[in-house]
Amino acid sequence: MTDDPTPPAGTPDPDDDVGAARRAVVRQGVSVAVATSLYGVSFGALSVAGGLSVAQTCALSLLLFSGGSQFALIGILGGGGTAGAAVAAASLLGVRNALYGLQLVPTMLPTGWRRFALAQLTIDESTAVAVSQSAPPLRRLGFWVTGLGVYAGWNLMTFLGALAGDALGDPQRYGLDAAASAAFVALLWPRLRARQPVAIAIVGAVVTTVLVPVIPQGLPVLAAALVGALIALWWPDRWRAGEAAG
Amino acid sequence: MSTWIAVITASVIAFGLKLAGYTVPRARLEHPRVLRVTQVLPAALLASLVVLQTFSTGTHLVLDARAAGLGAAVVALLLRAPFIVVVIVAAATAALLRLGGFAS
Repeated sequence: MTDDPTPPAGTPDPDDDVGAARRAVVRQGVSVAVATSLYGVSFGALSVAGGLSVAQTCALSLLLFSGGSQFALIGILGGGGTAGAAVAAASLLGVRNALYGLQLVPTMLPTGWRRFALAQLTIDESTAVAVSQSAPPLRRLGFWVTGLGVYAGWNLMTFLGALAGDALGDPQRYGLDAAASAAFVALLWPRLRARQPVAIAIVGAVVTTVLVPVIPQGLPVLAAALVGALIALWWPDRWRAGEAAG
Repeated sequence: MSTWIAVITASVIAFGLKLAGYTVPRARLEHPRVLRVTQVLPAALLASLVVLQTFSTGTHLVLDARAAGLGAAVVALLLRAPFIVVVIVAAATAALLRLGGFAS
């Protein structure tokens, strides 16, 4: 879509109205950014409750910048797991961001230094808003508005959450440990729309439950990932027929 | 100190993965086997993290106020509550149960 020098005024067809379409994308991106940023508060508070410092908590949001991976890292470290297990789980969860980049290459046409900013902002939310637009310029707009909006809001709210968590003291008194459970189940929820991810989630939960008392902390989550991967590889194709992409 | 190492290492790997999407040849990431695994990994990992965060303390399985919080979170999700509400509902449930002395 190129900028039309003479937009027909008062036309009933919204496709002709580039300005309105762009405003709609900006509105969508901003609302996603605000909603996502709000739970940056819970990340900040939970991270401090899990034993990380305010600086470490903020560094995660600035540098790692991928919600699921951040929650996984602080969850395992806070639960007494090793740094290696925490990094491994966070990294496995981050693999999906590589697939998002792959989807976005034709739209975003990355060049030079911009590809680094592009990469850092490639997360669930920016990708979702970008790919749901109808034309490449709107996709690019959606990506940048959402990505930059989430980046700014997520980091600000992480900082505020970390300060609040620091001030609150005993995290259990406020149910912050249950809040972490809720954060993980809320991240999992939207993925349970097809048979395969449901089956894999159940197996992952069972494997974890069985292994917790048996193997060192941090390893059950990696075992669950391994078993999930094996199931995905051996999942019969005929079971996939007619399913939404898992 | 090892926490800082974990923070930095995880961040470097996360950025490398993000960048890989834009730089690694498509054929390698789009290989059917790779796609199959990467599409379901989050479900396995997140389900495992739900169990760890809710039912374990160290290497022990435990049933406490967190389980009730998780149940409340699931109800909130069924009612299509937004993320932040789900988290607050779970925290409030666990906090109130502990305050009332009904759970540890």
